[in-house]
Amino acid sequence: MDYVNAFWVGGLICVIGQILIDKTKLTSARILVFYVIAGCILGGLGIYRYVVDIGGAGATVPLLGFGYNLSKGVIKEIDESGFIGILTGGLKATAAGICAAILSAFVMALIFDPKEK
Amino acid sequence: MGKEMTKEQYDEMVKKASPNSPIVKNCIKAFIVGGIICTIGQIITNIAKFYGASTEDAGTYTSVILVIAASVLTGLGLYSKLGKFAGAGSIVPITGFSNSVTSPAIEFKKEGMILGLGAKIFIVAGPVILYGVLTSVIVGIVYYIFG
Repeated sequence: MDYVNAFWVGGLICVIGQILIDKTKLTSARILVFYVIAGCILGGLGIYRYVVDIGGAGATVPLLGFGYNLSKGVIKEIDESGFIGILTGGLKATAAGICAAILSAFVMALIFDPKEK
Repeated sequence: MGKEMTKEQYDEMVKKASPNSPIVKNCIKAFIVGGIICTIGQIITNIAKFYGASTEDAGTYTSVILVIAASVLTGLGLYSKLGKFAGAGSIVPITGFSNSVTSPAIEFKKEGMILGLGAKIFIVAGPVILYGVLTSVIVGIVYYIFG
């Protein structure tokens, strides 16, 4: 059942992105930024948690989940370390994703050349 | 009634009859591909949990594996093909973020390792990280004061 929920919740989040692209001509970079900010705010308000409860990976795999992780990390770090958590929490929680992205991008750039258009 | 119809009139009629068909079609494609990527994510999460990872760690493994897979597909030139079909279905998941990091890194390698690859690798990741971290700091300040 969690596979079905991941499918439709994740699919629906992508449909919202598709409507934004088709109706507003937002570029994909703007969509990504918009989703991260939205996920962070929804996480901070304690709303996105419920979407994650329903959708599982369907809610955490889209970039909204990245934003949600930022807010979750910052709240956790503030609970554990106090004030300094405001500065450390966000990047700590998302470090693995960011590090994997730039590391694998670097390796791929060394291996592959741009494809002919 | 004239049965002759110019191509323009016909196009007009088709347009009126199906004003939303491209967007509906795009949405269906985005739904299916986005849904499949998230389902793969759920499979990875469940496998990680099966081997004893906490919910949080399982999520991290899922992100990392999807990011690396999308990066390799980008290097092979396959992710852009998926993107042409899937639209937002391939942009919105974290695999799309990975693609937006790897793609300029490969593209701008020829402009040098520092200001080419090194700088352009962050052309999309930069704004995402900047505004994401900025928002998280605001959330943190609000939580610190009122939480």
